[in-house]
Amino acid sequence: MNLQDVIIIGGGVIGAAMARELSRYNLKIALLEKEAELAFGISKSNSGIIHPGTQNPPFSLKGRLCVQGNQLMRGLARELGVDFKEVGELIVIFQEKEKARLFSIQQEAEALGVSGLQIVDRLWLKQHEPNLSPDIVAALYAPTAGIISPYRLVYGLAENAMKNGVGIYTSHKVTAIIRSADYFEIQSTGGIFRSRYLINAAGLWGDKIANMVGIQDMVIKPRKGEEYLLDKKREHLTNHLIFPLPTPTSKGIIVIKTSDGNPMIGPTAQDCEDKEDLATTDQGLNQVLASARKLVPAISRRDIIAYFAGLRAVAGDDFIIRHENQCPGLINVVGIQSPGLTAAPAIALMVVEILRQQGLGLQPKPCFCKHREPFTHLFALPLAKVNKVIQQNAAYGDIVCRCEMISAQEIREAVKQGARTLDGIKFRTRAQAGRCHGGFCTTRIMKIMAEELNLPFSEITKRGPGSEIIKTTRGNEKNDSA
Amino acid sequence: MKKMIARDLVIVGGGPAGLAAALTAYEAGVKDILLLERDQYLGGILNQCIHPGFGLQYFKEELTGPQYAERFIEKIMGIKEIEISLKSLVVHLTKKKELTYIKPGTMQTVAAKTLIMGTGCRERTREMIRIPGTRPAGIFPAGLAQKLINIEGLLPGREVVIIGSGDIGLIMARRFTLEGAHVKAVIEIQKESRGLIRNVAQCLDDFNLPLYLQHKILKIHGKDRVEKVTVAEVDDEFQEISGTRFELACDTVLVSVGLIPENELIEMAGVVMDEKTNTPESGELNTTSIPGLWVCGNAYKIYDVVDGVTRDSAQAGKLAAEYLRNLP
Ligand SMILES: Cc1cc2nc3c(=O)[nH]c(=O)nc-3n(C[C@H](O)[C@H](O)[C@H](O)COP(=O)(O)OP(=O)(O)OC[C@H]3O[C@@H](n4cnc5c(N)ncnc54)[C@H](O)[C@@H]3O)c2cc1C
Ligand SMILES: Cc1cc2nc3c(=O)[nH]c(=O)nc-3n(C[C@H](O)[C@H](O)[C@H](O)COP(=O)(O)OP(=O)(O)OC[C@H]3O[C@@H](n4cnc5c(N)ncnc54)[C@H](O)[C@@H]3O)c2cc1C
Repeated sequence: MNLQDVIIIGGGVIGAAMARELSRYNLKIALLEKEAELAFGISKSNSGIIHPGTQNPPFSLKGRLCVQGNQLMRGLARELGVDFKEVGELIVIFQEKEKARLFSIQQEAEALGVSGLQIVDRLWLKQHEPNLSPDIVAALYAPTAGIISPYRLVYGLAENAMKNGVGIYTSHKVTAIIRSADYFEIQSTGGIFRSRYLINAAGLWGDKIANMVGIQDMVIKPRKGEEYLLDKKREHLTNHLIFPLPTPTSKGIIVIKTSDGNPMIGPTAQDCEDKEDLATTDQGLNQVLASARKLVPAISRRDIIAYFAGLRAVAGDDFIIRHENQCPGLINVVGIQSPGLTAAPAIALMVVEILRQQGLGLQPKPCFCKHREPFTHLFALPLAKVNKVIQQNAAYGDIVCRCEMISAQEIREAVKQGARTLDGIKFRTRAQAGRCHGGFCTTRIMKIMAEELNLPFSEITKRGPGSEIIKTTRGNEKNDSA
Repeated sequence: MKKMIARDLVIVGGGPAGLAAALTAYEAGVKDILLLERDQYLGGILNQCIHPGFGLQYFKEELTGPQYAERFIEKIMGIKEIEISLKSLVVHLTKKKELTYIKPGTMQTVAAKTLIMGTGCRERTREMIRIPGTRPAGIFPAGLAQKLINIEGLLPGREVVIIGSGDIGLIMARRFTLEGAHVKAVIEIQKESRGLIRNVAQCLDDFNLPLYLQHKILKIHGKDRVEKVTVAEVDDEFQEISGTRFELACDTVLVSVGLIPENELIEMAGVVMDEKTNTPESGELNTTSIPGLWVCGNAYKIYDVVDGVTRDSAQAGKLAAEYLRNLP
């Protein structure tokens, strides 16, 4: 019997961060993910902000983990070769009398340990953020806010975990869990696993996993957030992340900077029923545009080049991270709504501590390798550097995606690192993410994937089984998968 | 490291625009020409247009896209003064007409005495018209679907709804039908088709394909693959008329809602642009705010038929030759 020490259910940022943290120790670890690739859940569709730790209720678990996560993220991103930029944020007000709220946000954040906070006036704003609405009178400036590519963070974490011995199993949907005397038996669509400890990091489906072992008091409600990406030409629209005053349920609609350069506006916050409802709406678009234009009037409808919706996994007001005494060995990590991306490294540390308390022996591996080779992105290099890279490997000069300047070699590297779908290629490389949305390069990418993975065209998908691109080869009905 | 080579004339783009410009410039006396094409063959978008309908004006006969292109490619291949560099993507351009291109194994920078841009256009996407709904597989820009069928021999869908009744949408409606797919509707928000009359007749009417004028798609549904679309009739302000909503089951949505000239390079170089059309602000045909930098073909403006591209791009070749002659 192949008994694991720890099994993690869920390959989002939370599961991946825990896998990577646990891979420091002499343990047998497996991560099971139902989708064709990691980061296909909530962790792919969010704002990508590494929050400083403002706008959280005082004494909340998420507030504490957010501040700690922000501090840890810098070192982590460096080790993993993932781009983290500290851009800072402004929480703005339109009336002098709202200053009291800025002061209270500042006080609460300082109590949590957020540093560098400062109230800035109109003059400062005019100098540092010229496109801001002239109606804005002051702002709370939090310099430690940052941005990161959320999916590349997940891939960085997972690759490094794998290098340190973690087994990563995609297309493994957990369908049942049986608790026997000494271990969990976990049934999945890819086979049966056994493990001494079990971590539930299944995002929106965390309640379903908990139900499988008899925990009934956990309900996760999706809260939709629509986001709208703007053309890269607008990269310098703002220099900071721009927030309005928060409401009780959300941080409001923000003007966001993303790590690839495109500004983004959103998200909405709409409670919904269906955990798979990722549709954007006309109302959402209008609300986001109107709110964003209040902050930065120069934003226009025409700037929008892409959009998506993500669902926050809401289980009450705070994160739930705990060992379940009624089911020894199970740790639930659920209700990880915003700022879960930020908090991920801190959550991972907290879970390791819980495992230690529950009797898991943690013996550091002498051979733990904390570094990951950074991925070569041509678009991120100065032209002179590009030349060197091409000279070392000619295939970097074979450009596939011309809008974003992505080479055949980058596509191949992405496949080597686990990309199995067109979306997986896009998240890793940005190919198809530019102005033409893949109009020019999709066929070439499919060819490279077919070659590298030894697959027929008919099996290449956008994001896993059911999302095949091709219905049939011309004049060849037998190939029809429909 | 930066070996800057100087060339009399550099042409970016090997479609009909670039080809016509190169030939005329050569005939007008330019004897040092570098033509850069990012694809592995010349001909541009014509390569995937295997339907007839090209050359009626220019050659007075009806050719397919590749046949039309071939007439120019053959000529150009015979001229040794025109250097053709394929798989060469121009990625950078300066005001001084220094351009940098990448090809397998190398990156080069050349200084052009005069420069002609024939970079063509890209398709407007579903995102640009902001259709709400989900983002499953099965939503294709029409040109991509055309490439999949005509070049790769792959059929991307069986039950197809087409958004937009421009020429590409119409031609693809016929193409899908000939391949045995079921075109359920062509949805057009305007009062009449934006395509050529002959295309409406030959591509829709001849096959009894339904064209819904003054209709729009309200939502795309489907988790992994497109499942259906919601459609409604609109008034003259493009607003939904209540009570007219209906759904069409389909596995594919083709988006054919117009073309956008590809001019990011000249914008980078500082050419004064018309933001609305993404074309250079231009007094006379093919001119830009940078002397000696010309733009022609679909990059200059969107042409209905290729004959016009050839005619006007030839003019760019002449302008470039004249500009060179007048250089001190
Ligand atoms: C619109 C929006 C904006 C946000 N912005 C920010 C932000 O700017 N900053 C920030 O810090 N946070 C932000 N968040 C929150 C952040 O995105 C989440 O907290 C974080 O991504 C949660 O990660 P996760 O790993 O818990 O969930 P997920 O990424 O969803 O991972 C869970 C995984 O479990 C898998 N799974 C489910 N069931 C099973 C099963 N039975 N078997 C196997 N696998 C299964 C799923 O497929 C999924 O991949 C935002 C969230 C949203 C929705
Ligand atoms: C689907 C479709 C159907 C059509 N049907 C007809 C018809 O029936 N009859 C008719 O007369 N016309 C038709 N046309 C129109 C005609 O094909 C076009 O007007 C013509 O091809 C435009 O020529 P062009 O050279 O400007 O652009 P393109 O043909 O697009 O050529 C541009 C070239 O520039 C290259 N390029 C772009 N950027 C760079 C760069 N940075 N570096 C290097 N190279 C670059 C591209 O790879 C491409 O080869 C049709 C067009 C389409 C798309």
